[in-house]
Amino acid sequence: MVFDVVIIGAGVSGCMIARELSKYQLNIALLERASDVAMGASKANSGIVHAGFDAKPNTLKAKMNLRGNALMEQVCKDLSVPYKRNGSLVLAFSDEEMQTLQELYERGIANEVDGMSILNREQLLSIEPNIGDEAVGALRAETAGIVCPYSLTIAAAEVAVMNGVELKRNCEVTAIDFSDGIFTLHTTLGDVRSSFVINAAGCFADDVSRMIGDDSLHIVARRGEYYILDKSVGNLVTHTIFQCPSKMGKGILVAPTTHGNLLIGPSAIDIDDKDDVSTTSEGLKEVSSLALKSVPGATTRFAITSFSGNRAHDIKNDFTIEPSKVNDHFIHVAGIESPGLTGSPAVAELVAEILGSMIELKEKQEYVKTREKPFRYHQATDEERVAAIAKNPSYGRIVCRCESITEGEILDAIHAPAGALDVDGVKRRTRAGMGRCQGGFCGSKVVELLARELHTDVRNIKKCGGNSDILFDKSK
Amino acid sequence: MLQYDLVVVGGGPAGMAAALRARDFGIQNIIILERAETLGGILEQCIHTGFGLHYFGEELSGPEYAARFIELVEDQKIEYKTDTMVMDVTEDKVVTAINKEDGLLKIQAKAVILAMGCRERPRGALSIAGTRASGIMTAGTAQKYVNIDGYMPGRKIVILGSGDIGLIMARRMTLEGAEVKMVCELMPYSGGLTRNIVQCLDDFGIPLYLSTTVIATHGKDRLEGVTVAQVDDKLQPIPGTEKYVECDTLMLSVGLIPENELTRNIGISMDRITNGAVVNEMRETDCEGIFACGNVLHVHDLVDYVTIEAQIAGEGAAKYILNQQEQNVQYVHITAGNGVRYTVPQKVNIRSKDDIKVYFRVGQIYKNAKVVLTCGGKVVSSKKKIKLAPGEMENVIIPDEVLNSLSDTDQIVVEVEA
Repeated sequence: MVFDVVIIGAGVSGCMIARELSKYQLNIALLERASDVAMGASKANSGIVHAGFDAKPNTLKAKMNLRGNALMEQVCKDLSVPYKRNGSLVLAFSDEEMQTLQELYERGIANEVDGMSILNREQLLSIEPNIGDEAVGALRAETAGIVCPYSLTIAAAEVAVMNGVELKRNCEVTAIDFSDGIFTLHTTLGDVRSSFVINAAGCFADDVSRMIGDDSLHIVARRGEYYILDKSVGNLVTHTIFQCPSKMGKGILVAPTTHGNLLIGPSAIDIDDKDDVSTTSEGLKEVSSLALKSVPGATTRFAITSFSGNRAHDIKNDFTIEPSKVNDHFIHVAGIESPGLTGSPAVAELVAEILGSMIELKEKQEYVKTREKPFRYHQATDEERVAAIAKNPSYGRIVCRCESITEGEILDAIHAPAGALDVDGVKRRTRAGMGRCQGGFCGSKVVELLARELHTDVRNIKKCGGNSDILFDKSK
Repeated sequence: MLQYDLVVVGGGPAGMAAALRARDFGIQNIIILERAETLGGILEQCIHTGFGLHYFGEELSGPEYAARFIELVEDQKIEYKTDTMVMDVTEDKVVTAINKEDGLLKIQAKAVILAMGCRERPRGALSIAGTRASGIMTAGTAQKYVNIDGYMPGRKIVILGSGDIGLIMARRMTLEGAEVKMVCELMPYSGGLTRNIVQCLDDFGIPLYLSTTVIATHGKDRLEGVTVAQVDDKLQPIPGTEKYVECDTLMLSVGLIPENELTRNIGISMDRITNGAVVNEMRETDCEGIFACGNVLHVHDLVDYVTIEAQIAGEGAAKYILNQQEQNVQYVHITAGNGVRYTVPQKVNIRSKDDIKVYFRVGQIYKNAKVVLTCGGKVVSSKKKIKLAPGEMENVIIPDEVLNSLSDTDQIVVEVEA
């Protein structure tokens, strides 16, 4: 079989593109080298829907940011993904930085961003009383928001699969041939043939591009380290709190998450090994000390976990979304760092537009646009809980105590389209294990449920794909 | 809405002992709500011995200790529901719980005893740098895998933290054929019981490195090794002392945290040191009719003390329900003085008709030091102790006649004189 379109990379770009293209009468495959979708930068970023004042006017970043910001609320509604328009503040700690705010404001105006204003300290404190003493003012952007990035990616993948996209996980592309107008992708799961290829391979987009002899991309992995703080400090701030940007990015932020935690980070350092997502004591130290300057209460005494993600930074400092100069049926979606999450619905639109300029895109009759909201015990009313448990008793059994996640929710996550295959997959879909105890109590139960539902031995259940075994031999 | 005189949240050793004592005092309408599939709490996975030496005067395994109370609960026909999670308790003592059979349960109680136990501090709270490979787990999780589920979660093991569960698991994994390479302890002393250090490490030749911590984890999928380093007196890693240790498992035994989410939601005053509620001598919180006992109140080293504390709470709850509480209440705060981290109870009624035993922990190791109790400026007792250690709970007794002689402006201080 020859697919019409193969998308390489099931991050937020790849999954949103798959969702967009699944509206049309196309045979689509979505390939992911990792064990699950959203395993790169898409699961480890700030989760911010940026207002759009950062990017230089007329860049693709600026355009995608503005359009993506406008689309995001509806997309999250359609996909039942947590989203909140909480607004953002860029703090200035000196008169010089107040000047920077003015520049950002003007850049925002040039980018046609609405709802911006510059606040003095008094105005700042009236909306965010827990800001540090050194802040002298802030740039407020009312259109900024927060979204759960992996939930968005997973939901997009689910809708794509519901609409016929073939998702292949653990499928790494190792080489690509092209003959008679058809690409043959050699993968760890065998050959995959396709008329069009979309290169959404994140940090590896340049490596994938070189497989067709195109060496125009230069992607650097830029590591960002974060802390997640306990929900008890989740309401220290309501806005996303930035510091003034540097040439490495938007600086350290303190932001509420859609789940009620507080996120601090990221550090920014370019690294050689694109797969290396280990945290470092230097990086974590930098994050914890700089965050205190913005919000003194955001101390790592409340940390429940730390993590890092590698952003795909293109050295030309803009997104590349265009057909390859080597083969125009090979479309790059590369260098998608911040604001790539914000821009993702717009990026998907743009890819459909590029594809539509080469082939006719016919809409499907039976397209499923929305994803039903999964039952969430902790968000439900008592009436909804009673009804849900009556219908399915497994909604009456709490597995993850910290986050109040029921067995029923975990079973739903395992059996969903693009369902969870391992413990971390369950965690990202349900939050089981994301709370204070970090899976101490529920981890073994989740292993048991996965083994039961996937009809395998508990020893075959992994933490996070690959060789991440959890259990070895039987005890004596 | 269901009506009960007493709802006990948690069916571990604390919950069971509290319910049984309330029954002894004549309370008939009691229900225990337990989130696990069985009563017994964490004791069910503690298959080693060492339980009951103080309370029963004999050495029992965890499940044996629990079984004695489960039998009594059955004999006394105290109602209980397992696989039932309490989701909320209100100030007015309305308890909300869920399970598969009943769905959403709402219970109006006359009194509530909180006995939810504690959880282990996870890795995230430590900020160890490195990868998030599999094979990093708390000692209690490992204990469940080995003792309940019957699987080995690792073969080559480094243990960080010398809390009792870590020490017990060092021996357990060794007996199961795993190689326990070392136990690292950040502090210059172990937080575990001396008997566990001897019986679980020394007897098996497992080295304990004090003032040493794990600073990084390695391995992309499964853990492949850790970097350990010595720390200075500010607990910061000393450059140049880093050492790579090959292992597939890092077990953490770095502290226990009382599970007080329900307590906090009620708005009960908390002790910042114990992370449990502030209670009086009957273990009653500042929310009338709501009591707390066991590891949810403060982390105990011996279950025997949990039982004794729970009996006090059970008695207190019964008297509350029967309206037999001391009417004439005047509280005096107990101050944790020099060398003492906290006391439980934190306040006592000076009109109490009984002697009050005050439990406390010290902040560091002391040798040949004195424990001094001062009430209203007068030294009531001064006892010499050969050794005081943070890992071992101590107590002093305030005689009732001393209490009754105090006025509410007097102070009670427990302190260590080195």
